[in-house]
Amino acid sequence: MKTKMNLTKSTKSTLITVGIVVVAYIVMQILGGAGMLSSLMKGLLVPLCIYAIMAVSLNLTVGILGELSLGHAGFMCVGAFVSAFFSLYFKETMAAGPRFIIAIILGGVVAALSGLLIGIPVLRLRGDYLAIVTLAFGEIIKNIINVMYVGRDEQGIHFSMKDAYSMNLSSEGQILINGAQGITGTPNDSNFTVAAILLVLTLIIVLNLVNSRPGRAIMAIRDNRIAAESVGINITKFKLLAFSISAGLAGIAGVLYAHNLSILQAQPKNFGYNMSIMILVYVVLGGMGNIRGSLIASVILVLLPELMRQLNDYRMLIYSIVLIVMMIFNWSPKAKEFREKYSIKRLLGKKTEKGEA
Amino acid sequence: MTLLDVRNLGISFGGLRAVDNFEIQIKKGQLYGLIGPNGAGKTTVFNLLTGVYKPSDGKITLDGKNITGAATIDINKAGIARTFQNIRLFKDLSVLDNVKVGLHNQYSYSTITGILRLPKYFKVEKEMNEKAMELLKVFDLDKEADFLASNLPYGKQRKLEIARALATNPKLLLLDEPAAGMNPNETSELMDTIRFVRDNFDMTILLIEHDMKLVSGICEELTVLNFGQVLAKGKTAEVLNDPQVIKAYLGE
Repeated sequence: MKTKMNLTKSTKSTLITVGIVVVAYIVMQILGGAGMLSSLMKGLLVPLCIYAIMAVSLNLTVGILGELSLGHAGFMCVGAFVSAFFSLYFKETMAAGPRFIIAIILGGVVAALSGLLIGIPVLRLRGDYLAIVTLAFGEIIKNIINVMYVGRDEQGIHFSMKDAYSMNLSSEGQILINGAQGITGTPNDSNFTVAAILLVLTLIIVLNLVNSRPGRAIMAIRDNRIAAESVGINITKFKLLAFSISAGLAGIAGVLYAHNLSILQAQPKNFGYNMSIMILVYVVLGGMGNIRGSLIASVILVLLPELMRQLNDYRMLIYSIVLIVMMIFNWSPKAKEFREKYSIKRLLGKKTEKGEA
Repeated sequence: MTLLDVRNLGISFGGLRAVDNFEIQIKKGQLYGLIGPNGAGKTTVFNLLTGVYKPSDGKITLDGKNITGAATIDINKAGIARTFQNIRLFKDLSVLDNVKVGLHNQYSYSTITGILRLPKYFKVEKEMNEKAMELLKVFDLDKEADFLASNLPYGKQRKLEIARALATNPKLLLLDEPAAGMNPNETSELMDTIRFVRDNFDMTILLIEHDMKLVSGICEELTVLNFGQVLAKGKTAEVLNDPQVIKAYLGE
């Protein structure tokens, strides 16, 4: 009886989280159909999903695995450029549907592999080395892409790290990656429906992973590495597993990002350090290890500055005040007490978990 | 039949010889005690046996298999499980999940199976749940299965650690000061539990303990460690009456 309860409990929680996304998607579609969405709002729908995917995937590393990653935007960058390159290369020769599906898989897999590559040496170490290395990775990837020139003509693919002329393209040739100018002309395959589906898939992957045997091993490593080792858990293996899945999902967010714009450039503002920190802010405010929290926090914190655009200079001030208030509301002991006292569960007459313990 | 055979075990940290020429032979089904003053190297011996430290010299044989210098997880797979002096539970996991982590290597399905929730996932998870609940029941923890481990009272946390260690299906169980911080009632309850584990799980147990009531009550044989070296060993009653042991550890 009890064991059955346990299975349904985690499944129920997953369903609620996925349900929130599905309901939000339906509401947005109805509003959009009725013409009640401003063009600003419409333009925000895909980025909302992208940031939510980023936050959920980063939470897998920070909250579930307990390792700090400061270069999550770097994996997004890898996914974005790999997929954009692929899509541009096959723009004329493949139908949009299968091309985009392959692009998503490719972006995710390559980002996951780069996560694995970084993880193999770094995750063997104890301490904050992952934070240091991922921080560097994010910056390095951006700079490498900014000096990469790839083009093609009838002779095949040309490559240079110097400038576009050094590729010696024929007059028929086409520049695919143009250094700091990035990739131009990526097909706009992203739309809200695809983004919402990928967000749901991300949530299902992360939540199902957490509530399974490997997920328990990952959390055991976070809670007590020495004890996890003593019960026969392969620390490096499960750290790598969590980190590469996290990187792969960030890559998928990158694919969405790349196919939502016609010009893709690796700049500090989209793939830089600030972006990684911003995603980390979503994770921390939503609650480390709380997947649903990451989802909600990222939606609120992406929407907020956009909705306050008419306030001009004051919006970042208000944004920071909201951050502080959320932090207090989430973590201060008094605020926790207040929330427990007036929680919806309690008002409905159910005992909260704390109450039972 | 000898289950654990340790010969000439030693480790140096820089110039400090923490454990020197340590020997122990434990027969299958035995309840064996390791005692000695603070800083004598008892926990270091446990860390050597479980691969946390690599021995500088010596040989450790478990059930005929040489496990000297093996990695912690391989030693656990070979059949040694332990608890810790300062409790090390997975504090943000439920009591049930703590035991299920212990069952990690007893049951298996792939990560993909877990993510896609294939039928095998539900089948194996159900078996794991049943096995874990069975273990929790032994330690009278089944009612707290859904609690967070950190919310358990101290005595129950100690018990949960033993349950988790047993979940790895070991041949030899190492208990590091299981009665530390317990009141006399809890200690005598713990003694019953340890005996019960030995009898019902067919377990061999090596424990470190300072509580002489527990040691003399359940241990059949003792080794006394002092300054990293074996001071005395043999039958419990004899060792405890050894003048050298009384002088170094028990007090005259």
